[in-house]
Amino acid sequence: MSAPANALEVRDLVVTNGEVAAVRGVSFTIPAGGRMGLVGESGSGKSMTALALMGLLPMGWGAQGSVLHDGVDLVTQSDRALSSRRGRTLSMVFQDPLSSLNPVRRVGDQIAWVIRRHTGVDRREAERQTLDLVRQMKLPRPEQIVRAYPHEISGGQRQRIMIAMALACYPQLIIADEPTTALDVTVQKQVLRLLNAAVKERNSALLMITHDLPIIAAMCDSVAVMYAGRIVEMGPVGEVFRTPRHHYTRGLLESQPTMDNIALDGSSRLVSIPGMVPPLHDLPAGCAFHPRCPAASERCRSAMPELDGRGRAAACWHPAAAAVEAAP
Amino acid sequence: MTIYVLRKLAFFVGAVLVASLAIFLLIRGAGGNVAAIVLGKDATADAINALAHTYGLDRPLPVQYVDWIMNMLSGDLGQSFRTKESVADLVTDRLSVSVPLALSGLLLGLIIAIPVGTYAARNVGRPSGALLALLSQIGVAVPVFWAGILLSVLFGVRLGWLPTGGWTDWTADPVGAVRSLVLPVLSLGLIMAAVLIRYIRSAVLDVMNQDYVRTARAVGMTRTQALLQVGLRNALLPIVTIVGLQIAELIGGTVIIEMVFSLPGLSRMILANVAAREVIVVQSTVMLIIVFVIFVNFVVDLLYGILDPRIRNSA
Repeated sequence: MSAPANALEVRDLVVTNGEVAAVRGVSFTIPAGGRMGLVGESGSGKSMTALALMGLLPMGWGAQGSVLHDGVDLVTQSDRALSSRRGRTLSMVFQDPLSSLNPVRRVGDQIAWVIRRHTGVDRREAERQTLDLVRQMKLPRPEQIVRAYPHEISGGQRQRIMIAMALACYPQLIIADEPTTALDVTVQKQVLRLLNAAVKERNSALLMITHDLPIIAAMCDSVAVMYAGRIVEMGPVGEVFRTPRHHYTRGLLESQPTMDNIALDGSSRLVSIPGMVPPLHDLPAGCAFHPRCPAASERCRSAMPELDGRGRAAACWHPAAAAVEAAP
Repeated sequence: MTIYVLRKLAFFVGAVLVASLAIFLLIRGAGGNVAAIVLGKDATADAINALAHTYGLDRPLPVQYVDWIMNMLSGDLGQSFRTKESVADLVTDRLSVSVPLALSGLLLGLIIAIPVGTYAARNVGRPSGALLALLSQIGVAVPVFWAGILLSVLFGVRLGWLPTGGWTDWTADPVGAVRSLVLPVLSLGLIMAAVLIRYIRSAVLDVMNQDYVRTARAVGMTRTQALLQVGLRNALLPIVTIVGLQIAELIGGTVIIEMVFSLPGLSRMILANVAAREVIVVQSTVMLIIVFVIFVNFVVDLLYGILDPRIRNSA
C-alpha cells in the first residue's frame, strides 16, 4: 500500500448549524508525517474544525466542503464507514482526560477495546499489546494501571492513557485538542514530550490545537491562526512567529507572557488585544477582526480579505510583514 | 466494597428499627386503647379488659414493643382478633397475587421503557422522538384505574378473550390464575412504562452528551454502539434509582388495580383490615411492607456500588 502524499487535505470547510457558522471556509493541508498547529482564542472555531474532521460534530451541526484523508472524502462518509477509520487511520486526543474516559470501565479494557476493534486480534493479544502501550507511555506499575478505573489515577496518567488509546493502531493522523490544558503545569511538559515521541515513532501526522504558542513552536512545523471561523494567517512556524503579517497573529504573540513582560511589581508591560472575540451570530462585516485591529481602514469594514497565498499567507488588507521583517 | 456493603447494611438495620418504632408509636401510642378499638363503641369495660389481658395489651408499651419485635424476628406476626388467622398466613396468601402482579407489571414496564426511552433519546429533535415523548406524556396523565377499565372493556367485554376480573387460585387452576393476571399486569405495565420512558430518555440524553461517549466514537464506535455500550451502561445508575422508587410505590400502589379487577391482593387486605379495626394485622403488615421498601433501597445502594466504581471506592 503506497502512502498518500498528504495525511489531510481540507478544502473550504464550513461548519454550521443552519443559523450560524462556527467555521467559515477553512482550507489547509498536512503532508504525511507533517505537524501543523492550529491556534486561536476560544470561540475561533478550532475545536469545531477538529470535530468536523473526525465526523464528531455535536447534534445539529453539519459540515460542508471536503476533507480528503487516506483517499476518501470524510465529509461524505457514513457514520459506520467513519467509525472504522476513527482510531485506526485518524484519531483524536481530547482536552479533559477525566471526563473523556469512560468512568465505569478499567482503562486497560478501554485501550484493549480499540485494538480489538481495528485489528481483530483475540483478547489475550489485545491485552498484551495494551500492556506494551502502557509501558511505552512510561506509566508506573503498568500491570496495576491497566486494572485501574479513570478516577483512580492522576490527571497526567489519564492523559497518557488517552494518548495510548488514540495511538494504539498507528493512525496516519492524530488530532490533539488542547491535550495539556487541563493538566498541572508540572506534568504538561512530560505529557507533551511523550506525545511528541509517540507521534514521531509512528510517523503520524499531527494537528495540534492549542492557544499556547510555545507548544506550537516546539512541536509543529507549520501553523494556522484562526479567528472567527477563518484562517487569518498560516505558514511555517518560524516565519509566522518571527514575522507575523496579520495584526491578530501579532497581537497573540505580543500577549504571550514571558519573563520579560510580566512584572511582579504591577508595572506589567504585557499587551493584550483590545475587545473580545465577536459572537458567531453577530460577526462584523468585512474583516471580522477590524473592530480590534490597530491598522483597520474603511476597506476592512466592508470587504473580507482572502488568504494571499497557499504556503505562507495572511488574510489582511494591510499586512504588517515588511516593517517587522526589517527589524534585526 | 466490603466496607461499603457493611455501611449500607448498618443503615438498613438502623432504618428498620426506626421505622418499627415509628409504626408502633403511631398505631399504639396515638391510637389509644387497642382492645377498645377492636371491640367498638358499645363494648363493656369488662370485655375490653378481658380482651386486653388475653392479648397482653395491658402490659407497658415498651414491653409490648420488644415482644412484638422479638415475635416478628421469630416469624410470628401475630393473629387476627376476629378470625384468629395468623397474619403470616394471611400475608403469604395475598402475596401469591400481589407479587406476580407487581413484578410482572414492573418487568413489562421495563421491557417497553428501556428500548423506547433509548430510541426516544437517540431521535430527540426528530418527529419520531417527539411522538414518543408525547405518547409517554399522555401515558403518565392516564390514571391506572381508567387504563384498567378500558382494557377490561376491550378484552373482557367486547372480545371476551380474558376475564374482566376475579381470581382463580394458583393451586386450583394455574392457567386461570395467569389469565386473571394478564389485564391487571398490562394496565400496570403500560402506565409504568410511560413513567419510566421519560426517566430513561432523559438519563440517556444526559450521558449521550458526555465527553466519554464522544471519545468512544473517536476510537471506533458507531453512534449507536456508543449509545448502547457506553451510554446505556452509564445511564443505568439513574435508571436503577427510579426503578427502586417505582418498586416501593408498586407495593402499596396496586390497590386500585386490585379493586378494578377484584383481585385478592395485599393492598386490599390491608384496606379491609383497617376498616375492620384489626390493629395487629395492620401493624405487622405495614411493618413488613416498610421492611421490604427499605430492603429495596438497600439493594439499590448495592447496585450503585456494583455499577459505579467511583461510588464503591468512596465509601
